[in-house]
Amino acid sequence: MADVILKKIYVKVWRQSSPSDKGRFETYEVENVSQGSSFLEMMDILNEKLVGEGKEPIAFDHDCREGICGMCSLYINGRPHGPDTEITTCQLHMRKFSEGETITVEPWRAGAFPVIKDLIVDRDAFEKILQSGGFVSVNTGGVPDGNAIPVSYEDAEEAMDAAACIGCGACVSACKNSSAMLFVSAKVSHLAKLPQGRVEAKKRARNMVAKMDELGFGGCTNTGACEVECPKAISISNIARLNREYLLAKISE
Amino acid sequence: MSILNSKIPEGPLAEKWSRHKAAIKVVSPANKRKLDVIVVGTGLAGGSAAASLAELGYNVHAFCYQDSPRRAHSIAAQGGINAAKNYQNDNDSIYRLFYDTIKGGDYRAREANVYRLAEVSPNIIDQCVAQGVPFGREYGGTLANRSFGGVLVSRTFYARGQTGQQLLLGCYAAMNRQIAKGSIKMYTRHEMLDIVKIDGKARGIIARDMTTGEIKRFGGHAVVIASGGYGNVFFLSTNAMGCNGSASWVAYKRGAYFGNPCFVQIHPTCIPVHGDQQSKLTLMSESLRNDGRVWTPKKKEDAVKLQKGEIGPNDIADEDRDFYLERRYPSYGNLVPRDVASRAAKERCDAGFGVNNTGKAVFLDFKYAIQRLGEDVIKARYGNLFQMYEKITDVDPYKEPMMIYPAIHYSMGGTWVDYNLMTTVPGLYSIGEANFSDHGANRLGASALMQGLADGYFVLPYTIGDYLADEIMTPKVDTNAPEFEAVEKEVVGRLEKLFNIKGKNSVDHFHKQLGHIMWDKVGMSRNEQGLKEAIEEIKALRAEFWKDVFIPGEMNTLNPELEKAARVADFLELGELMARDALDRNESCGGHYREESTTEEGEAKRDDENFVYVSAWEYKGDDQEPTLHKEDLIFENVKLVQRSYK
Ligand SMILES: Cc1cc2nc3c(=O)[nH]c(=O)nc-3n(C[C@H](O)[C@H](O)[C@H](O)COP(=O)(O)OP(=O)(O)OC[C@H]3O[C@@H](n4cnc5c(N)ncnc54)[C@H](O)[C@@H]3O)c2cc1C
Ligand code: SF4
Ligand code: FES
Repeated sequence: MADVILKKIYVKVWRQSSPSDKGRFETYEVENVSQGSSFLEMMDILNEKLVGEGKEPIAFDHDCREGICGMCSLYINGRPHGPDTEITTCQLHMRKFSEGETITVEPWRAGAFPVIKDLIVDRDAFEKILQSGGFVSVNTGGVPDGNAIPVSYEDAEEAMDAAACIGCGACVSACKNSSAMLFVSAKVSHLAKLPQGRVEAKKRARNMVAKMDELGFGGCTNTGACEVECPKAISISNIARLNREYLLAKISE
Repeated sequence: MSILNSKIPEGPLAEKWSRHKAAIKVVSPANKRKLDVIVVGTGLAGGSAAASLAELGYNVHAFCYQDSPRRAHSIAAQGGINAAKNYQNDNDSIYRLFYDTIKGGDYRAREANVYRLAEVSPNIIDQCVAQGVPFGREYGGTLANRSFGGVLVSRTFYARGQTGQQLLLGCYAAMNRQIAKGSIKMYTRHEMLDIVKIDGKARGIIARDMTTGEIKRFGGHAVVIASGGYGNVFFLSTNAMGCNGSASWVAYKRGAYFGNPCFVQIHPTCIPVHGDQQSKLTLMSESLRNDGRVWTPKKKEDAVKLQKGEIGPNDIADEDRDFYLERRYPSYGNLVPRDVASRAAKERCDAGFGVNNTGKAVFLDFKYAIQRLGEDVIKARYGNLFQMYEKITDVDPYKEPMMIYPAIHYSMGGTWVDYNLMTTVPGLYSIGEANFSDHGANRLGASALMQGLADGYFVLPYTIGDYLADEIMTPKVDTNAPEFEAVEKEVVGRLEKLFNIKGKNSVDHFHKQLGHIMWDKVGMSRNEQGLKEAIEEIKALRAEFWKDVFIPGEMNTLNPELEKAARVADFLELGELMARDALDRNESCGGHYREESTTEEGEAKRDDENFVYVSAWEYKGDDQEPTLHKEDLIFENVKLVQRSYK
């Protein structure tokens, strides 16, 4: 079942040599791309061509190429992770594009995610938010048996729904306010749904929200754009839960 | 005959670990604060070690090449993690998990290490639950289990199809807590390029800041390698793009012996290669073989028509389908172990019965299960996987069979370590997939996650104390020492050399060629002639690489081509060692299949007369042949029997 070959497409891509460089778009031609190839394989072909011409290839983040590590982060034709739903950039296939098309590729755009080079951004702000409270304070050893505390099937499933977040940052890039609320709410909900995480739930919500604000992410105005673009279908109902936890924390202060 | 000392404690199997723990030294809290430990890699193994060591009070310096520890390749593990909890009351036990692992590894692992692994496995589950890992649950609130290839009990814990992700997020969270406290200093986007020894002991590393290109020195009282597996030596594998063998390779070049390099695992159910543009392979969970039937056409002309796209799989009548696993292995059928299923698929394709336009695929058909159980049941079991398959291939597996083919998946081989997980270099440790220790010649499903976390949470934090207790008088390592100076110079020299070749071909060009040699001659089926050819071909390719590779851009900035070049340069050496090891081991065992060592029916035949040893290779210099040391494996508790799945 051989795939259709796209004879020629155009890739209009953001080039920026360093954080201080102003950056600009450049357009490249790519020939003979199989529609069975993934989007990143198309980028590989383009990069091989650039290397062959003695030019510097386009830098982009990627690693697992199966939609789970959260490393890939391209803004394609105006959408984080491109024109498909519930997938990451690395899972996007060239079937979604047609002969002769010009594809625009940009990095995540958000003040809290500065560009390092070309399409690579610095997402260290996410690390800092998680370091401020995204954990249960237990040391290795000395914990009770795994079955000592029952967890209802439903709670475990809901926790898992939220825990599926891959920390990619698409939600921030989709949001006109560059808010990180979907990401933060996913972590807070995951732990708040489990008895092990309940103990520190209020403190966690308070600290993580404070850190998020401090790092320059915008406020949430409930546009829902994040949910639409999230590759893991993280629901904005998590944001409501975060708001509840946060309020509880504030009241008890 | 061997200078290797595995330091296996005396005493009965079940008491070895307790006795050992009682005998080894412990460092006082006040002294721990004075000791620096470097951890290279923050997947399940390195992440759990870094967090646990920091909790104990050591100063931990942790490194990974991604922009966050959460992105290590452990994140991609799907199926689950084993533990001898016996929650199902199905007569599971530490001994049974130990036995299954030894047998599954085809009797090429150490009894004592494997027993310890089984012994600490229950603690792992408790730990992960306490961290908030959302394991699958029963309606009554207890933890759920599933069964996994090749065993008779249900002992696999899971978090949907994302077990690795959830376990990693658990230990990453534990790390984050320590990072916030300042007990772990985390260096993301930093790649370790070399190890520094002072007076024979590991005392630090040289790393490249991948954002700025800066070469930096880091000192420590011990260095832990947790850099994962080297499957990417084959170019195409289920590993992440950045997975590499370089950290283990520099360890080898600095004196750490390399154990069983030829033992790699090939997973039978991956999405087939679609063409030359392919960059990596995607695993489809092993669980699919529970309900899918594997087949190829009986008639060669049907296979040819399928390859040309003239007919589809559904045009072939049931009686013209060859369910070759059920035919060859009536008692296990589609559920034979990974290595057996992989070889059988290759055999069919090599004989001309393969499908897909490449002829390199077999069918995995759910038609029969859907007829028997209904589409809803199949959807509930495998919905996510079916959807992923359709996204990638554009084929709906509810209507047409999936196509699958084997792919490189895991490396059982790795840095040789003793019972304390220390390499042959004092103060240098290796944990997780990076070491050779627990899986022998074949790893059972759901056991890699277990091993990584066992090493990191419950073994290394104890055993490292035994070494560090003698280091409490050693002051903070001075990175201005001449030893650091010298190694840094070598590292820079090598990068400059690579950079200045300014040849005509890209790094990938060479990596792909290496992959072809490895897959054809050091892959699923190996023979003396092919292995000898491989050694020569790799040598020639390596020489060409060092003459003709082209690295664009600049050295002192973010430069992915330079990163790849350094890794591929190491793969070009590691590949040769793998071929040498495979050549030495003229027996078939686990994932290693030598055509010279088979039964009359073409099944793998182990040779326990001559090969009950771990091969540990010692580096002797770039232009020298490495020396092979043999660690004899002594089985005091288990009787060696040939595996049979007929
Ligand atoms: C698709 C897939 C599915 C799997 N499913 C299962 C399963 O269901 N059950 C199971 O038990 N096992 C499974 N495995 C195997 C298992 O996931 C791995 O063996 C295990 O996670 C390896 O963990 P690790 O910590 O040793 O290495 P990794 O998780 O690979 O981590 C390696 C770390 O080292 C770092 N690193 C590497 N080189 C350097 C360097 N030079 N400098 C600095 N840092 C470096 C990386 O950044 C990373 O942090 C699966 C594997 C794959 C590929
Ligand atoms: S919430 Fe969704 S979009 Fe945001 S980081 Fe998590 S997975 Fe990515
Ligand atoms: S590369 Fe890992 S999610 Fe895309």
